[in-house]
Amino acid sequence: MKPSLFKVLSWWKVLTIILLLYTAFAGFLLPVPRLPILNETIRNLYFHVPMWFAMIFILFISVVYSILYLANGKMKNDNMAVETANTGIVFGIMGLLTGMVWAKFTWGTFWTGDPKLNAAAVGMLVYLAYAILRGSFSDDQQRARISAIYNIFAFPVLVVLLFVLPRMAQDSLHPGMGGNPAFNQYDLNSTMRLVFYPAVLAFMLLSYWIATVRTRLRNLEYKMSGIQ
Amino acid sequence: MAKLIQETLHLIHKELLLEWRQRYAFNGILLYLGCTVFVCYMSFGAKTGKITPITWNALFWIVLLFTAVNAIAKSFIQERQGRFIYYYTLASPQAVILSKMVYNFLLLLLLALVGFSLYSLVLGNPVQDKVLFIINMLLGAAGFSFTLTMISGIASKTNNGSALMAILSFPVLIPLLLLIIKVSKNAMDGLEASSSYDEILLIASINVMVGAISYILFPYLWRS
Repeated sequence: MKPSLFKVLSWWKVLTIILLLYTAFAGFLLPVPRLPILNETIRNLYFHVPMWFAMIFILFISVVYSILYLANGKMKNDNMAVETANTGIVFGIMGLLTGMVWAKFTWGTFWTGDPKLNAAAVGMLVYLAYAILRGSFSDDQQRARISAIYNIFAFPVLVVLLFVLPRMAQDSLHPGMGGNPAFNQYDLNSTMRLVFYPAVLAFMLLSYWIATVRTRLRNLEYKMSGIQ
Repeated sequence: MAKLIQETLHLIHKELLLEWRQRYAFNGILLYLGCTVFVCYMSFGAKTGKITPITWNALFWIVLLFTAVNAIAKSFIQERQGRFIYYYTLASPQAVILSKMVYNFLLLLLLALVGFSLYSLVLGNPVQDKVLFIINMLLGAAGFSFTLTMISGIASKTNNGSALMAILSFPVLIPLLLLIIKVSKNAMDGLEASSSYDEILLIASINVMVGAISYILFPYLWRS
């Protein structure tokens, strides 16, 4: 790695690029356990699951910035909160799409009435409502404060939806639920871990990177609107 | 603390008095409930006791959900903004939200009981474990009230309050609604109460969590 790259990008962005490249190559090339029905689709673990990790991570950061906004009323905290939430929505949609493609090839259908799927879809609705809420104010400060309140209110609901409710349902087809094995019950799981954990980290860092770039843009737009 | 309780009690008294003196709002929501129940009854061909228990249960809670959203939507919109500024000079914002939540809980409980009797009258009553059903109704009224009071506070600050009330509250209420429907189904089937303990505990903890978050966040909401 030439030192000039570090001048342009900070170390964690370089790490993100390396980890993402590693995920893409190792995820498709390294050996995986050969199982009936699943076959090669098991590789989806490296892409589908990290999406949800990244979504929860970035939405948690969003809540932190919403709390910061309520504490000190600085507009840049609100800008960060909204862009992290937007990034979270994008990762959630990617999580749903990767899951749907996988489901088509293993379950034979894009969508089933599985508790885990429904909970994820409702979680998306909660955050889409957040986006609608932001659109219905004319005053900047009021929009920032009230959407921060809703954001803090929504996150615990999302946690209940994604982590508590699906566990209470007995009948689920989703791997790791309802008696279905998760990946750590398989043989060769150490190879899969070798790709899975870096992939999780890579997508978390990517989500944060996207959010910070979008926030910078938003901060500049906010400054410009003040100048005009 | 004693001051907070005193202020809250005074404000609840005010809410009850206001509701009593302007009965049209309460009567309106009662009629709304009655009409909705009757629409369900007629839509299923006006046959008492003919719909399956699953449909009975889901329909009952959907009717209550819509009634609750409509009943609570007015809790911050009904009174003029100027009046709230007056309240805040007299009482702390915590007392205002607590009084609204308690009052809405009482209102929803009453509506749920009226709705249940009316619904049982026209669509039959397949509930076997009545005690569990009523306990579940209590928990449901509390959960709906805590969540919807806060959401109506948020929605009242926007330009299109009534539309936002629905889209903000429905997704947030779904976890609670699913748990309530599950316990309610257990009560209908007459399962042992011990098979619903997990769900009841979870509903209660969601209620406590939502109540606590509303209590903490409301002081930031009213300042506008």
